[in-house]
Amino acid sequence: MFAKSIRKDHYGYYFIAPFFIIFTIFGLYPILYSLYISFTNFDGITTPEFVGIGNYVAVLQDPLFYKTLFNTLFIWGVSVVPQLTVSLVLAFILNDKLLKGRDFFRAVYFFPNIVTAASLGLLVSLIFDWQSGGLNHFLVQVGIIDDPINWKNDPWFMRLIVSAILFFQYFGYSMVIYLAGLQGIDPALQEAAQMDGAKKKHIFIHIIVPMLRPIILFQMITSIIGGIQIFDQPFTLTNGSGGPDRAAMTSIMYLYNVAFQSTRFGYGAAIAFCLFVIIILLSVVSFIMTSRKSRS
Amino acid sequence: MQTAKSIEQPNAAIQHYASTKRLTLGKVIIYMLLTGLAVICIVPFYLMIIYSTHNNATIASTFTFLPGPFVADNYLNMASKINIWRGFANSLFIAGTSTVLSLYIGSLTAYGFAKFKFKGRTWLFMFLLATMMVPGQLALIGMYRLFSTLGLLDSYAAIILPAAANAFNVFFIKQFMESSIPDEIIESARVDSAGEFRTFNQIVLPILGPAISALGIFTFIGSWNNFLTPLVLFFSLDKYPLPVLVALVQGYYGMDYGLLYLGVAISILPIIIVFAIFSRQIIGSVALGAVKG
Repeated sequence: MFAKSIRKDHYGYYFIAPFFIIFTIFGLYPILYSLYISFTNFDGITTPEFVGIGNYVAVLQDPLFYKTLFNTLFIWGVSVVPQLTVSLVLAFILNDKLLKGRDFFRAVYFFPNIVTAASLGLLVSLIFDWQSGGLNHFLVQVGIIDDPINWKNDPWFMRLIVSAILFFQYFGYSMVIYLAGLQGIDPALQEAAQMDGAKKKHIFIHIIVPMLRPIILFQMITSIIGGIQIFDQPFTLTNGSGGPDRAAMTSIMYLYNVAFQSTRFGYGAAIAFCLFVIIILLSVVSFIMTSRKSRS
Repeated sequence: MQTAKSIEQPNAAIQHYASTKRLTLGKVIIYMLLTGLAVICIVPFYLMIIYSTHNNATIASTFTFLPGPFVADNYLNMASKINIWRGFANSLFIAGTSTVLSLYIGSLTAYGFAKFKFKGRTWLFMFLLATMMVPGQLALIGMYRLFSTLGLLDSYAAIILPAAANAFNVFFIKQFMESSIPDEIIESARVDSAGEFRTFNQIVLPILGPAISALGIFTFIGSWNNFLTPLVLFFSLDKYPLPVLVALVQGYYGMDYGLLYLGVAISILPIIIVFAIFSRQIIGSVALGAVKG
């Protein structure tokens, strides 16, 4: 029977072939084609003209590119730090078997994650509207403010509100991942510490956090990949404009504008690959940082 | 995952009892924080539903958390301007077909990797995992060009075909397959001289059922929420999936608040319903995928 199964092994190729064929045509080829376009001044109509690294040089000297990159990293940073810490604490709390309503809280916190990001951006835009938004009406009615605040006129506020939306959408998701990680930690370890008189706070800092380090790294890297790609929420929040002084315009929004609104495909493709390099650099940095911490 | 239960049951129980007694104030604060956070998670969606039942005058002038009588007016107003059900049908079709395709191809691929020891298997699988690290936007411009050459811009195929090769699904199904499908089943099917693909379709696929359905819900929601790709690859209003349609409505009818709230509500409500039914499976598949990674 063993010999028989050996002879069947080439069937593996047939099983994996459809995936790799589709991926090559609709995944790999477009990526390589984007790379090629990034070295041309392709406008979508005329034949692409090779310009070498011209687009990349231009991207690296483009103040708007840096501005959108700053917006993206700011929005990401302000959302990801509270997201990863709050969700870790929540996971620790909800992992307590004596806590009532664990499944309920878990589900409610996770829920915003699966809501259509674009619709959520639009919804927040409506709620924060200067004249018709529910928030201003509420604040005026309660008496906290006298006149409606024009929230969407403030560049910093717009960045912060995108961060808040991302936090709102992702803290439950990270919490679920931490919870899954916590299930993998031997409960005897915590109980032993408890017997020795360790406080919950100390168990959390000295046992839980170090043991979850691989999961924290996983979350860091996935959030970097996701964070650089923020598009839907700020796009619908600002109706595609990027808000006052393009404060909430993310790099991918800029890419979208350059490539598909101004039809400068070559330049847009160069932006895409610059962002890819940044993602790799940030991932490597967070990998080094996390592994260095574990040594000390 | 279940490891040895506490050996000293009575002792642990006393400990727990003592800690519940002692930490009453702490417990209260924790429950208050948890509830407060839960309220924050629900309020925006509650307001969305409430505001979709009011007319412009009410929305523009007062804060309200009670439903109003204008949901039908808003609906008729919206129906006269955009065909939201067309968007709904588009989303359903795109998400449905890409989910089914990506699950079937994902299962085929996972089976190939999990149960056949062919040459280059490890490298091909590593390559597949590496593709998950690559952001989709890299392909976007090339994809636009490719589909424009193929004459498939503004066609459903432009969204569905690339979604069919989903590396995460392969990874997820492979993990499940390795633990739940013993080689003996496949061997015995071979002894009974079943063809390899027949074995896959009639024996392996049914066993995968539960894992695939959990993953399927998740894939479906992901596809339903897809925004940037259809925004780029589609041009005609009657092709747009629901999220894109709703977002564009903002540009056209930005001052029609009741209509906008209703549009947002219609684009989110299906997700709320799906989540209410399948929350356990959805959360489970996220947790499983993350920890195995």
